[in-house]
Amino acid sequence: MLEVEDLTVYYYTSKGVVRAVEGVSFSISKREWITFVGESGSGKSTVAQAVIRLVPYPGKIQGGKILFNGKNILELNKKEMRKLRGREISMVFQDPMTSLDPLRKIGDQVVEAMTEHGVDEEEAKKRAIKLLKRVNIPEDRIDYYPHQLSGGQRQRVAIAIAAALEPSLIIADEPTTALDVIVQESIMELLQELKNSGTSIMFVTHDISLAFERSDRIAVMYAGKVCELGRSEELVSNPIHPYLKALLDSVPDVHSDKKVKAIPGNPPDLRNPPSGCRFHPRCPFASEICKKEEPELVELEKGHFVACHEVV
Amino acid sequence: MSRGIVQYIILRALMIIPTVLVLYTIVFLFMRVLPGNPILAVVGTKNIPPEQMKHLMHIAGLDKPLYVQYFDYLWQLLHGNFGVTLAFPMGVPVSDYLKLRFPATLELTIWSFTISIIIGLITGTIGAIKKGTIVDTSMRLYSIIAYTLFIPWFGMILQYIFGVWLHVLPTSGRISPNVNLHTITGLYVLDSIITENWPALVSSVKHLILPSLTLGIVLSGAYTRIVRNNMVEVLNQDFIRAYKARGVKDWKITWYALKNAFIPIITLMGLQFAILLGGAILTETTFNWPGMGTFIIDRIEYRDYNAIQGTVVFFAFFVGLISLIVDLIYALLDPRVKY
Repeated sequence: MLEVEDLTVYYYTSKGVVRAVEGVSFSISKREWITFVGESGSGKSTVAQAVIRLVPYPGKIQGGKILFNGKNILELNKKEMRKLRGREISMVFQDPMTSLDPLRKIGDQVVEAMTEHGVDEEEAKKRAIKLLKRVNIPEDRIDYYPHQLSGGQRQRVAIAIAAALEPSLIIADEPTTALDVIVQESIMELLQELKNSGTSIMFVTHDISLAFERSDRIAVMYAGKVCELGRSEELVSNPIHPYLKALLDSVPDVHSDKKVKAIPGNPPDLRNPPSGCRFHPRCPFASEICKKEEPELVELEKGHFVACHEVV
Repeated sequence: MSRGIVQYIILRALMIIPTVLVLYTIVFLFMRVLPGNPILAVVGTKNIPPEQMKHLMHIAGLDKPLYVQYFDYLWQLLHGNFGVTLAFPMGVPVSDYLKLRFPATLELTIWSFTISIIIGLITGTIGAIKKGTIVDTSMRLYSIIAYTLFIPWFGMILQYIFGVWLHVLPTSGRISPNVNLHTITGLYVLDSIITENWPALVSSVKHLILPSLTLGIVLSGAYTRIVRNNMVEVLNQDFIRAYKARGVKDWKITWYALKNAFIPIITLMGLQFAILLGGAILTETTFNWPGMGTFIIDRIEYRDYNAIQGTVVFFAFFVGLISLIVDLIYALLDPRVKY
């Protein structure tokens, strides 16, 4: 359904060009939940924003293809893009406190998401009530303003809006990061329901344990590149890339005495990324070739891709 | 209306009182510090017999100690009485003048205010949408130039271009002397519409254009800047991107952004209104506009204590009232504001 090839996004800041995403390729099939996981600044959010062509200023999609049902959305004009957004691909943002217009009633915002795509007013109103009910917002809240709802409720409204036109893909960019753990679970449950009813989910998170919870596939990103990609059971039982291994070791487990290991060093400055493999300065297994040559993403087993010299 | 909002209005209305009191005190003292007095200003010479001078001062009540004068006038004010004029002509109630002059100033202010906001919103929004381009830079340049323009100088240039050179607009007064208008509210445009007096409407609008454009443009500079900055900030917010992600049309998004950017601008509008009245004095003198501004300048020449104190107190009340209204509008537009 969605195929991304060689996506490259740069940010043209006053302090230099930030090579935020370089040569990222992946695909999403129907009814699939794919999660992008990585540290802050790894480019995971940028990839998500690029898919709906909303990379914030001064970012620019530098190259690559984003094929949605065979059509390259990077070639669509403004009007075609507008028609695609919300109807075919929609997005849930990180902070529910700021992603709804504070001056308009939530009901109006849900209705508008439909009327802007040609649904008539009456029908949209009926559907808005149903949608809000579905995300557990009682009917009488339809005239509430965002500030009268809690963070979790707002995020559910945002999900209702994203799901309003039953798009084929919902991008959820860290939708639970700003919420507490219990509310987080209800949001995940909602996304799961949407997936079960036929929508694909592109989920972005920095929380590795959350990533493994419900995903079909996982893409691990480091410094603007995908370093490992595969089915989530496969990745958790058989992690290959040293970065993913380190990530898994860094997850605290309340049930065991296992010591949490932090990854030494810091993510690189993407204005001037390291040569070769971008992880080599922090990698315990790095050898000469890692400093010189960039590893390619190769398929080790069926559907399990890794970009690392040491294992190939 | 909820109980909270009624309470708030009462509280805010009460807060006008100390403001007015402070202003009255300042003006009272200021006028007494100025050399001369109303009697001298009328007589025009210091060489009058002392007995006669004493007699005139007594009639005007200026022979009383200062604090007595201060509290006498305050006492009058508390009864809604602005006193009588002390100088040429003597003994006319100040309120008669205010009734005549205030509508002229109000009409000028309303027009200038509207013009400044329209210009400010348009230029500011364009600047924000085209942020970082030459268009943005020119809007910012406009803002600074407009803000620093000196009203009499700018007014005279407009008078020269449209009045002297092109001969299309009158340069002084409120209405042509050849037109008869039956006044009801004192706002000429409104009155001519009510009485269906079309020649008067044309004439009064024509007379309004230059003064209100002068004042409107000068005041628009501040709006351009703050609209632009607020719009830039709002356009960067998540919900704008969320709107885009839903496929909402661009012009609608701009409208929603403007509504959000408008909230802090309302506060500025309340503040600007006070500046507007100050600017009105300069505009009125430039265009010979028979409003409160020309009146107060005229009265200062005569050291007409009562008239000046009365006008200033009236101004202060009016500004207080406007800022109260502005706050209520604020509450009406922003659902988050609670009283």
